[in-house]
Amino acid sequence: MLNIVWPIFIIISFSYAIFSGNLEKLNSSIFESASDAVSLSINLLGTMCLWNGIMQVASKTKVIDVLTKFLKPVIHFLFPKIRRNSPVEKEISMNMVANILGLGNAATPLGLKAMKSMQEGNPKKDTLTDSMAMFVILNTASIQIIPTTVIAIRNSLGSENPTAIVFPVWIATICAAIAGITATKIFIRASEKRKH
Amino acid sequence: MEMINFISNLAMPFIILLIVAYGLIEKKKVFDVFLDGAKEGLSIVLSIFPTLVGLFVAIGALRSSGIIDLIVNFLSPVLEIIKFPSEIMPLALLRPISGSSSIAIATDIMKNYGVDSNLGMIASTIMGSTETTLYTIAVYTSCVKIKKTRFVLVASLIADFVGILVSVVVCRFLS
Repeated sequence: MLNIVWPIFIIISFSYAIFSGNLEKLNSSIFESASDAVSLSINLLGTMCLWNGIMQVASKTKVIDVLTKFLKPVIHFLFPKIRRNSPVEKEISMNMVANILGLGNAATPLGLKAMKSMQEGNPKKDTLTDSMAMFVILNTASIQIIPTTVIAIRNSLGSENPTAIVFPVWIATICAAIAGITATKIFIRASEKRKH
Repeated sequence: MEMINFISNLAMPFIILLIVAYGLIEKKKVFDVFLDGAKEGLSIVLSIFPTLVGLFVAIGALRSSGIIDLIVNFLSPVLEIIKFPSEIMPLALLRPISGSSSIAIATDIMKNYGVDSNLGMIASTIMGSTETTLYTIAVYTSCVKIKKTRFVLVASLIADFVGILVSVVVCRFLS
């Protein structure tokens, strides 16, 4: 994707700068932007390491098991076709907990494991099942308690209150997730009707 | 508002406290485990650094060349009708497509208009509440060789759309 977007950005802006006479601005912005990237990354480094360390501790303890327990009713609502107390259910809930905790790196491997388990019971190997579709949607929805990456960026830019966005993020992410889940449920119902 | 700030400020320390306490109770070598994870953080930043440099230059060029203003001016009558801040438009368009470039754009907005400004808050909220939809769908379906993703793209773009709109409305409401 960036192989298309990046050259388009460069070509459009560089040629427009020549036309509009903004060449001087463009020249200084090139080097400014490059060093901006360096200072941001250095600031990001500290917060990123801190959170990955904390989340590593979380994944080694039973904090995750404790949190998984509370998710069961949610999982039964979202995945009515997944058998209770099956390994798939556990994998799905681990992925959800990792997402909620903002453990992006743990969420992806756990999620792919769950996808593989669900694929085993899939009669049409080239098509998503209802449960798999719901699972993918949930993973695109980014439901998390602490948006760590954004807080890290805000902190590195000298925000007076980097965590002030936590509450707005909760509202926005919950609304987005409800929209995604509702749309998925409607699509699933529509495809079931077509079958009958 | 004070309550909101309190909850916002409490969330992170509480979770760190809970996790470290749990590690201690279960007699884990908490600091060693922490270091393992922290090392991983290092490699994440290293892996996104070249992307940041490339995109910062391209986005800096877009801004300094004046073409962003041209596009925003072109779209502004439409955006004004729905009361959507035009400065957020590039972020809203790129967020579902590219994670790294939307981070770069959001950072750019925060830098230029102020981290704690209304626009900075909106950009932060959009980044925190949405995901790189296309990438996620591609990874999750290709790992099990799924070709037909059915309604997944449409449903997740609906979710993104709602998330971005709510981000704008909530930040307006809070400020």
